[in-house]
Amino acid sequence: MIELSNITKNYRMGDVDITVLSGVSLIIKRGEFVAIMGPSGSGKSTLMNIVGCLDRPTSGVYRFETKEISTLSDDELASVRNVKIGFVFQTFNLLPRFSALKNVEVPLIYSGVPRRERRERAMPLLEKVGLSERMHHKPMELSGGQQQRVAIARALINNPPLLLADEPTGNLDSHSGEEILNILSRLNSQGVTIIIVTHDQNVAARCRRKIHMIDGMIIDDRMSP
Amino acid sequence: MNFLETFRVSLEAIMSNKVRSGLTMLGVIIGVMAVILLVSIGEGARVYITRELSGLGTNLLIITPGKTTTSGGFHPPSAGTVRKLSYDDAQALKRRAWLLTDAVPIVFGTGRIKFQNLGRDTTIIGTTPEFQRVRNLFNDKGSYVTQADVDSKGKIVVLGTKVKEELFGDQNPLGKVVLLSDARYRVVGVMRKKGTSLGWDIDDVVFIPVTSGQELFDTDGLFEILASTPRVEDVDNAITQIKDILIRRHAHKEDFTIQTQGAILSTMNTIFGVLTAVLGGIAGISLLVGGIGIMNIMLVSVRERTREIGIRKALGARNRDIMAQFMIEAMTLSGVGGIIGILIGVGLALIIPEFVDVLPTSISAWTIITAFSFSAAVGVFFGVYPAHKASLQDPIQALRYE
Repeated sequence: MIELSNITKNYRMGDVDITVLSGVSLIIKRGEFVAIMGPSGSGKSTLMNIVGCLDRPTSGVYRFETKEISTLSDDELASVRNVKIGFVFQTFNLLPRFSALKNVEVPLIYSGVPRRERRERAMPLLEKVGLSERMHHKPMELSGGQQQRVAIARALINNPPLLLADEPTGNLDSHSGEEILNILSRLNSQGVTIIIVTHDQNVAARCRRKIHMIDGMIIDDRMSP
Repeated sequence: MNFLETFRVSLEAIMSNKVRSGLTMLGVIIGVMAVILLVSIGEGARVYITRELSGLGTNLLIITPGKTTTSGGFHPPSAGTVRKLSYDDAQALKRRAWLLTDAVPIVFGTGRIKFQNLGRDTTIIGTTPEFQRVRNLFNDKGSYVTQADVDSKGKIVVLGTKVKEELFGDQNPLGKVVLLSDARYRVVGVMRKKGTSLGWDIDDVVFIPVTSGQELFDTDGLFEILASTPRVEDVDNAITQIKDILIRRHAHKEDFTIQTQGAILSTMNTIFGVLTAVLGGIAGISLLVGGIGIMNIMLVSVRERTREIGIRKALGARNRDIMAQFMIEAMTLSGVGGIIGILIGVGLALIIPEFVDVLPTSISAWTIITAFSFSAAVGVFFGVYPAHKASLQDPIQALRYE
């Protein structure tokens, strides 16, 4: 499903080139549950951004479902993000002025789904993550765990085959974090490919495959039994 | 993402910061209001002048002595005269210029009219009977200047209603003797009340025979000859005819000027058109300032919502979706501001003449459409840069933005 070969990423900071990724090759198959681990600055977030089609590699080839990503235009990347990939962020990234329900609907706005259908699709998803009572609350009126559940519902609204989670439990207490991980595990068992970026061992322990990165390179890649 | 959805998102953003949106709109409101108000006042003045002038008849020709090269406007009487126009010139025109219905010799000036112990400074016009027909001014009581009076330099006077009221009150003035610059004149008639035109009180005037007038003003020339054609289309041919006749009589020199009412009218139209454009331009500057206000606020808004832009992009918004969102926001601000500005501007343009007599206003659909299009254009023009800036945000940077 995901095939990275020899991906590099350089940033230019003033006169200095900074290499964030130096030759990452990786294959992730449909239905996998992967944790990408490593210290800050190891390049795991950059890798995540490239996999999530938010960023393009400086060199190397990235194939997503046989599509060569590096050749796509900005608009085509937007469409891939919209339909194929769900994002869950550490800071939730909900739109503060919108209700939970509206937030879940946002990706459908960009898929051109009419209003009524958007509502009909968003409501059951919020029920599924246990927020049927709080659909009309704004993010500020929800707890961190609840906000992250809204974000997960939003990530799932277009039934994407891939879910990317960047430190999804980083801003949550352990109980809420546990709930979020349970939801993610359940989704994975339903066939959604999930990649979590984390430096929390407990989170990584829930994943079947663990990839370790240091200095822009993969140094360890192993499957749990 | 369809238009309605984008519009809803933009409206939501506008409503979420009502005070700021209101103040931003105020710039456009004042700009559009100023454009409409000032252009209405300029147009009002133009329409007023045009109506007054064309009320005098566009088939009117005014022949003044002296050659000037300007094609309209007013000249002081007898300025730079080489050869005077004479009563005989007028008679010749009347006899030989068959395209003219009338050729009326005129002298005029101000003088003092006295009756018993009452006196008044007024305009004295020396003329012939045809003046009535040419200028559409008729007497109410008694008679007007007759050809016999002209031929005999008769010392008779016809009073304008104001002069009559001032000197005689309710008395019947007919047959009474008044003093015009110390010469004795007999009152033979009173004019019909006409009111004011172009600042000239038509009722504050007296008429005497042109020949008596020449004596009174101590001149053997005329100040002007007023001619008219039956139809407006004849004016150009009539000018040629007048020139032919007068040049021959004036030793083959064109030492006179023919102005047409139409030329004066079009000069006035041009002058007031320019005035209106200048007023509109000044007001347009304030609209431009309003537009800069919109751009300023939109730039702040883009910066404030960097994170929102990042989120929307991550969730699948294309650059043009973001662009549209901010464009529509700017255009809504300027559009709504424009509509409110039109309502206030039109309202003031309708109310002002009720309170200030000297400011006639004229609101045309054209003014409103132009002002609104201009404000919409301001929204587009000053919205493009911030919206473009928003659409080009890098989603990763934008998501990291605190």
